[in-house]
Amino acid sequence: MPWLSLVRRGDWLVAFIGAMLCALSFALAWQSGVAEKAIVRRGGEIFAELELSRDRQIEVAGPLGITTIAVSKGRVRVVSDPGQHQYCVRQGWLERAGEIAICAPNQVSVQIAGRKEPYDSLSY
Amino acid sequence: MTRSVIRLITTPEDHRIARLAAAAIGLALIDAAIPLPLPGVKPGLSNIVTLIVLARFGWGTAAWVSGLRVIAGGILLGHLLSPGFFMSLTGAVVSLFVLAGAIHLPRRWFGPISWSVLAAFAHIAGQLLLARLWLIPHDGLFLLVPVFAVAALVFGIINGLIAARLLADPSFINTGTPHV
Repeated sequence: MPWLSLVRRGDWLVAFIGAMLCALSFALAWQSGVAEKAIVRRGGEIFAELELSRDRQIEVAGPLGITTIAVSKGRVRVVSDPGQHQYCVRQGWLERAGEIAICAPNQVSVQIAGRKEPYDSLSY
Repeated sequence: MTRSVIRLITTPEDHRIARLAAAAIGLALIDAAIPLPLPGVKPGLSNIVTLIVLARFGWGTAAWVSGLRVIAGGILLGHLLSPGFFMSLTGAVVSLFVLAGAIHLPRRWFGPISWSVLAAFAHIAGQLLLARLWLIPHDGLFLLVPVFAVAALVFGIINGLIAARLLADPSFINTGTPHV
């Protein structure tokens, strides 16, 4: 008995919708590709690039002392900083592409780099 | 010394369920023995039995066979009450819910292949949800969705074809029916 005769018309429809779902899932899941990164800068130079998919903590030595930066669950934050105002620490978790925390006194910044950055420069 | 005999009253329906469940459990063991690269991707051969039971004896019997297969399979494979067992249970329960709706589709157009594909997608959807909520609470899990979706489609069609073929085979008509 030929196998094809077992397939009814609606079965073709269901299989086709299934195939569409598969194609859609590929498009949705894999469009963003590689994991996002956080870029740590010290004095304007790139100090480290941290994969947001891997939890870790690093220490950056600046002119004032050590700034601690931690990655957890796809987010990044400044844990501690020797600066006076603690602006970058109080900014909390950064999770979207383009977000940045700048610890100006210690010349350390951390920024989330996405595939598409909303802008690459600002001018006045 | 008195001998006490505990006699369970079983109906022909019970015998039928037991026999079919045994067939499903056997296939589940074969399923587990097939090496595949990714955990969670399995052919789901025992669902062929579920589909045949569904077509021939209705949803209630299919639910019994499926449930017994999950529990007895869990005991035999040694993962009873482990995360793998709950994944299996969730998949079976969600599939049965979808099948309850799918059997009401007009038979002229929708056969076991449709049921199989629908149930396979329901199966992975349920399992992914459980995995996301409980086992791996991270959105990175959804990167695996395409792999599971393709597996569901392919194995759903294959299992459905096998079930449809067996149901259409005249020499198969009498197996699985009660002769107690």
